[in-house]
Amino acid sequence: MRYAMAIDTKKCVGCSDCVVACQLENNVPIGYCRDWIVETTSGTYPNLELENRSERCHHCANAPCVRCCPTGASHIAEGGVVLVTPDECIGCGACIASCPYDARYPHPDGYVDKCTFCIHKVRKGEDPACVQVCPTNCLYFGDLDDPNSEVSRKIKERKYKRLKTEAGTDPQLYFLI
Amino acid sequence: MKTNRRSFIKISGAGLGAAAVAGSAINFAHGSIINEAIPDVKVAERTPTYCEICFWKCAGWVTKNDQGDIWKIEGHKDDPHCNGRLCPRGTGGVGMYYDEDRLKTPLIRVEKDGKQVFKQATWAEAFKVVGDKLKQIAKDHGPECVALFTHGSGGKFLGHFMKAYGSPHVTAPSFAQCRGPREVAFYATYGEGVLSPERTDIRNTKCLVLIGSHIGENMHNGQVQEMSQAIDNGATIITVDPRFSTAASKSKHWLPIKPSTDIALLLSWIHVIIKEGWYDKEYVEKYTFGFDQLKAHVEPFTPEWAYGKTTIEPKVIRETAKEMANASPSVIIHPGRHVTWYGDDTQRLRAVAILNALLGSWGRRGGFYNPDKVSIPDFPHPAYPKPKKSYLDMMDGKYSLATEVISNGLCDVTTPAPERDCNIKAWIVNGTNLIHTLPDQKKTLEAIDSLELLVAIDTMPMEITGYADVVLPECTYLERYDAIRNSPHREPVISLRMPATKPKYDSKPDWWIAQQLGFEMGLDEYFQYKDIEEVLDWQLKQVGSSLAEMQKLGVKKMKRAYDDLYIPDGADYQFNTNTGKIELYSTELQNEGFDPMPVFTEHAQPPVGFYRLNYGRTPVHTFSRTSNNPNLVDIMPENDLWVNPRVAKLWGSKNGQYVWLKNQDDIVSQFSIKVRITERIRWDSVYMAHGFGHSNKKLSRAFGKGASDTELISNVKYDPIMGGTGMRENFVTILTEKPETVAAS
Amino acid sequence: MEEEIIISGRMNYKVDPGLHIWGWEIAFYLFVGGLAAGLLFFASYYYLQGKEKEFPAAIKWAPMLAPVMLALGLGALFLDLHHKLYFWRLYTNIRLTSPMSWGAWTLMVVTPLSILWSASWVREVFPNWDWKFKFLYDLEAFFIKYRKVMAWIMVFYSVILGIYTGILLSAFNARPLWNTSILGPLFLASGLSAGAAVIISFTKNELERKLFSKIDLVIIGIELFLVIHLFMGLMASTAVQIEAAELFLGGKYTLPFWIFVVFLGMIVPAILEFLELRGQKIPVIIPVALILMGNIMLRFIIVYAGQASRYLY
Ligand SMILES: Nc1nc2c(c(=O)[nH]1)N[C@H]1C(S)=C(S)[C@@H](COP(=O)(O)OP(=O)(O)OC[C@H]3O[C@@H](n4cnc5c(=O)[nH]c(N)nc54)[C@H](O)[C@@H]3O)O[C@H]1N2
Ligand SMILES: Nc1nc2c(c(=O)[nH]1)N[C@H]1C(S)=C(S)[C@@H](COP(=O)(O)OP(=O)(O)OC[C@H]3O[C@@H](n4cnc5c(=O)[nH]c(N)nc54)[C@H](O)[C@@H]3O)O[C@H]1N2
Ligand code: SF4
Ligand code: SF4
Ligand code: SF4
Ligand code: SF4
Ligand code: SF4
Ligand SMILES: [Mo]
Repeated sequence: MRYAMAIDTKKCVGCSDCVVACQLENNVPIGYCRDWIVETTSGTYPNLELENRSERCHHCANAPCVRCCPTGASHIAEGGVVLVTPDECIGCGACIASCPYDARYPHPDGYVDKCTFCIHKVRKGEDPACVQVCPTNCLYFGDLDDPNSEVSRKIKERKYKRLKTEAGTDPQLYFLI
Repeated sequence: MKTNRRSFIKISGAGLGAAAVAGSAINFAHGSIINEAIPDVKVAERTPTYCEICFWKCAGWVTKNDQGDIWKIEGHKDDPHCNGRLCPRGTGGVGMYYDEDRLKTPLIRVEKDGKQVFKQATWAEAFKVVGDKLKQIAKDHGPECVALFTHGSGGKFLGHFMKAYGSPHVTAPSFAQCRGPREVAFYATYGEGVLSPERTDIRNTKCLVLIGSHIGENMHNGQVQEMSQAIDNGATIITVDPRFSTAASKSKHWLPIKPSTDIALLLSWIHVIIKEGWYDKEYVEKYTFGFDQLKAHVEPFTPEWAYGKTTIEPKVIRETAKEMANASPSVIIHPGRHVTWYGDDTQRLRAVAILNALLGSWGRRGGFYNPDKVSIPDFPHPAYPKPKKSYLDMMDGKYSLATEVISNGLCDVTTPAPERDCNIKAWIVNGTNLIHTLPDQKKTLEAIDSLELLVAIDTMPMEITGYADVVLPECTYLERYDAIRNSPHREPVISLRMPATKPKYDSKPDWWIAQQLGFEMGLDEYFQYKDIEEVLDWQLKQVGSSLAEMQKLGVKKMKRAYDDLYIPDGADYQFNTNTGKIELYSTELQNEGFDPMPVFTEHAQPPVGFYRLNYGRTPVHTFSRTSNNPNLVDIMPENDLWVNPRVAKLWGSKNGQYVWLKNQDDIVSQFSIKVRITERIRWDSVYMAHGFGHSNKKLSRAFGKGASDTELISNVKYDPIMGGTGMRENFVTILTEKPETVAAS
Repeated sequence: MEEEIIISGRMNYKVDPGLHIWGWEIAFYLFVGGLAAGLLFFASYYYLQGKEKEFPAAIKWAPMLAPVMLALGLGALFLDLHHKLYFWRLYTNIRLTSPMSWGAWTLMVVTPLSILWSASWVREVFPNWDWKFKFLYDLEAFFIKYRKVMAWIMVFYSVILGIYTGILLSAFNARPLWNTSILGPLFLASGLSAGAAVIISFTKNELERKLFSKIDLVIIGIELFLVIHLFMGLMASTAVQIEAAELFLGGKYTLPFWIFVVFLGMIVPAILEFLELRGQKIPVIIPVALILMGNIMLRFIIVYAGQASRYLY
C-alpha cells in the first residue's frame, strides 16, 4: 500500500477551502496550518500563465524528517504516511529544518505537527478532509499500489510534476499539469 | 428619537460594558486549542442547516464534538447547490458563531453627558421604543414611509411584518447593486429571469463564456463545481476580463478587454455570428422576434470597429465567435451576477441575452435549463392592508421596469427634497451593511441623517449598527430556524435550517423578532402561531413532508411537475413577452423610450496619474460579512491593492508597502492598503477585494484592515432603465504618505 | 515578472515568513560545542604526545573550561526544545541517521569524560584542593592511572564533537546553504582555532604561546581557504545554492559575515598573531577575543542564514 495524493492544478482555483477544512477537522490552532495554497504567475500582461497548487506534507518515501528525528517520534506508518507521535517528540526542530517543503510547524503545545493524510478518516474508509471538501474536486487521494484507484489512474492519464525531487525525498504529492 | 445629527457610535466601552459575557468554548488566542495530532472525536450530534455566509445557501450538516461544541460544518451530499462540498466561507462558517465580537444584547441610543451612547436594553424595552415610533410614523405619514432593507434569510419574516404593517418598501441590495440589470434584461428578452441559483447548465456545456464573472474567486459553489466539471469535460472556456482572473487562467481564450467596452465586443460577436450565418437558424426563426432589425442594427459593428474600442484583435473576436457557434446550442454566454458596472448594464445584459438567443442556448442542454421549484404556501394570515403609495411615485415615474424595489431609490427618497412632499422616515435594516454596500456613502449618510428611526438587526457590530437608534442582535444561522429554503433547480429541492445549539448571549432569531414586533404593534392576527416549528411543520406538510422528516433529511428533492428541463427540439413555446417570442428587439424597452437594441457608448477613462478602481470577490470572504470571522481572517486578514509592475515602478512602490488611495472627487481612503505587485492587473487599473477597511473598532480583527472600495465609489452611473448603481467608473491615485485629511484612528 | 506567493495566509510560527526554528540557542550550542571540542582535542592530543610538562595550559588548565562549556551547551539545547518534558526521549533512542541523536550521545560521552579529565588534574592546578572523602581520592588515583585511555577516547570523541557541530547543519539538505560538505571541516577548524585561542590566553609559557599562535595561524589559513571554497561550491551549484551564496555576496548577511567573521574574526587576529610572533608587543587578549567573537558570529550567521536559504518561494 502506498498512499498518495494527486492535485489537479488545472482545476484548483486557489480558494483555500482545503486549508479551512483541514484546520477544523484536525483542530489546527488558529494561526497555523497543515496545508497551504501557492499561486504562481509567470509572463507579462497580457501573456500570462497561472498555477494554483494546494500543498501539504509530501509524505516522502525517503523522508529526511524521519531520518533526522532523534527520538523516532517522526515515523512512517501504514501506506507510507509520515506521522509524528506527540508524546515522543521533544520539539528539537530537526525535522522542521530538514523538510525541504516547510511542511511542519511547532505546535503551541510543544510537539511538531503536520499533515497526517487524515489517517484517522482514511482508516475509516473516508477521504481526507481537504479532499472531501474541495469544491472543484481537484484533489485525489488513494493507494498508488492499486492500479484502479483514482490517484493511480490520474497519474497514468495525465502529465504531472513533483516538487523538488532534486532534494531526493521521493515526494508523494503529484501535481497534474 | 433623535432628530439632531446622528453621530456614529462605536459600540464599545460605555455602551456594552458588562455585556461581554464569558466567551466561547474555543479561545482563539494563539495555540490554546489542545491538538491531538490524530483526533478521535466522537461525533455527538449532527443537525441540518443551510449556509448563510452568502446567498447561494448551500445545505449542510453541523457536527458537534463530544463536548457538545460546534466542531465543523460539511456540505449535504443530496444538495445540488453544493453536492456535499461547501466553499471556504461555508466551511469556515463556524467562526460566525464563535466570534466573540458578536452583538450580545439589544442596544438603544441615548444621550449621556451630551454624548450619544448605546445603552444595553432588554428586548421588551427595545421593542417598545421601535413600536412606539413606528405607530407614530404610521399615524403622521402613513406606514409606507417605513422601509425595510434586508439581505438574507430573515427577510421573509420581517417582510411579512412590513406588509402587515402596511409598507411595500422591502428591498435588498441584491437587486440594484447586484443582479438587477441582468434580471430586467432577461425579462425583456425571454420574459423570465436568470434567477438564483443561476439556471446555467454549466456542467453540460461545451463552451462557457464569462464576461467579468470571475467564477473561482466568486465562490458561488454550484457554479464553481460545474465549471470544474466543464474543465474535466474539455469544454472551451472564454473569459472576457481586463484582469487576469482565476477563471481567465483556466480559459482557452482570455480576452483582456479594455474596461467598460464590453458592449462593443458583444455587438461585434453578434455581427460576426449573423454575418457568417453561424446562428441557430431554426431556433431564431421559430422563437425570436426582431431578427431583421437586429441584423441591420449590428451591420456597422465589425470586429475591426470593435478592435478600436476594446483592444481585442479582430482575429480573436472571429475565432471566439466561431468557438461559440461550434458549441451551439450547448454554449453559455454567462450573464454574470454583480453586473452594475457602468450604468448601461441592462443594455449590456440585453446583448448577452441576444447572443445566447442567436446561438439557441436558452432552454437547451448545456445552455440555460428551465428550473423548477415547489410552491410553499404562506402560513395562513389575514390579507395585507393595501399600501396607498409607492416610492416610485415619489420618484416621478423613473425606473418603472425595475422588477424589485431599488435600495438606492429608497435611500434617495429618504433625504427630504423640495420637489417631494413625502419621504421615508424610518429604516429597518436587517443583514445588510448599507454603509459598505451602497455606493456614494455621502448620500447614504445624508439619508440616514434625516431619519426619525433606524433599527439595525445584525449579528455583528458592523458600521450600520453604529448609526442605529436601536440595535437588535440576531443569533447566527447556526443557532436558529429559518424559512424553508425553496430553490429553483434542475429538480425542485427544499432544505431545512435548524438550530445546532442555543443562541449565545441575548441574541434571537429574526422569526421571533418579527413576531414580537408584530405583537408590539398590535398586529397579532398576522402572527398566530406558537413558534416557528409550528409554521414550518404546517408549510412542510403542504408540500408532502414534515418538520420531523426534514430534521432527519435536511434536504429533500421533489419531482418536477413537467418533464421540461429543456425545450424539446422543435416544440412550440410561448415566451412571457409582449410578442410571445424571444425579443431580440425589445418592444418593452421601446415602449418605455429606451433603445430597443443595445448600443455602445464610450465611458470615461482614467485621467493621467489615476487608475480605474476595479474590485471583486475573494474566495474566502463574503463582503464585510466575514471580515471579522476568526477562521477566515486567519486565511486572509486584509485585502491588497493589485498594481501592475509598470505602475509600481512609476510610483516606486514595493510589495507589501502600505498606501492610501484618493479618488477623482478627492475622497481619501480612511485606511491604508498593502501593495501587491502583479502582472494580473492592467496598467490603467488597480484592483482590490470588496469588503475590507472597517471603521468600527469593535470589530477587533477587521478594524482598520485593508481599504474599502465603497468609500472610493462616489461617482455612480445610474442605469436609466432599472435604477442600478454602476460603480466601476471611479478612478484613484496612490498616496504613499499618510494623508493629513485622514483622521487619526 | 515571476510571482510565487502563498495565498492562504500561511503564517506558521517559526516557519513563516522565513524559517526560524533555531535561534541563538543552537548557534550558542554549536559555538561552545566547537570550543569544547577544540580544547579537549588539544589536551588529549598533546597529552598523548607526552607534552604534559611543556603545555600545561593546553593539557591541564584550559580543558577545565570544557565541562562548563558543555553544560552551558546542553542547557542551551534544552532551552531550544519546545517539548521539554520529553527531553529524556533523546536517551531512550539511538538513531544513527539523526545528527541530533549523534550529538546528544556524543555529548553524553564527552561531558563526563571532560569532567573526569579536569578532575584528574584539579589538584595539580589548585594545590590546596581537598577531595574530602577517601573514595574520591581512590577514584582520582584510578583515573590518573588511566589518563592515557581517557586521552585516547577523548581525542576521538572531540573530533567527532567538532565535526558534529558542522555536520548537524550540513545534514539538512533542505537548506541549500547548509547542505555542503565544507561546513563540517569549517566548523571543526573554527572550533580548533577557538580552542587554541583560549589556550593562548591561559598560558604563561612562551613556548606554548608560540606553538598555539602558529597553530592558530595555520588553522585560520585553512578556514579562509574553506570559506572561499564554500562560496565557490555554492556558486557552481544550482540556482538555489547561488541564491544562498548571494545572502553573503550583496545580500542581508554580507556585512556581518565579511566584516565580523572574516575580517575581524580571522584576518585581523591572524595579522596580530603574526606580528606577535615577529616580536611585536600585542596584548594577547585582543586576538583571542577577536577569534572568539568571529567564532560566535560564524555560528550565528550560518545558523540564521541557512534558515533564510530555501528552495521555494
Ligand atoms: N467568495 C465570494 N464569492 C461570492 C461573493 C462574495 O462575497 N465572496 N458574492 C457573491 C455575489 S452576491 C455576487 S453578486 C457574485 C459576483 O460575482 P461576479 O458576477 O463574478 O462579479 P463581478 O463583479 O461581475 O466580476 C468581477 C470581475 O469583473 C472584472 N471586471 C471589472 N471591470 C470589467 C469590465 O469592464 N469588463 C469586464 N468584462 N470585466 C470587468 C473584474 O476584473 C473581476 O474579475 O459573487 C458571489 N460570490
Ligand atoms: N463597493 C461595493 N459595493 C457592493 C458590492 C461590491 O462589490 N463593491 N457588491 C454588491 C453586491 S453584488 C451585493 S449582493 C451587496 C451585498 O451587500 P450586503 O448583503 O449588505 O453585504 P454584507 O457586507 O455581507 O452585509 C451583510 C450584513 O449582514 C450581517 N449579517 C450576517 N449574517 C447575519 C445574520 O444571520 N442575521 C443578520 N440579521 N445579519 C447578518 C453582517 O454582519 C453584515 O452587516 O453589496 C453590493 N455592494
Ligand atoms: S479546496 Fe480545492 S480548489 Fe480550493 S484551493 Fe484547495 S485544492 Fe484548490
Ligand atoms: S514533506 Fe517534509 S515533513 Fe513531509 S515527509 Fe517530506 S520531509 Fe517529511
Ligand atoms: S521535533 Fe520532534 S519529531 Fe521533529 S525531529 Fe525533534 S523529536 Fe523528532
Ligand atoms: S490530508 Fe488531512 S491533514 Fe493533510 S492537509 Fe488534508 S485535511 Fe489536512
Ligand atoms: S457558496 Fe459558500 S458561502 Fe455561499 S452558501 Fe454555499 S457554502 Fe455558504
Ligand atoms: Mo450580489
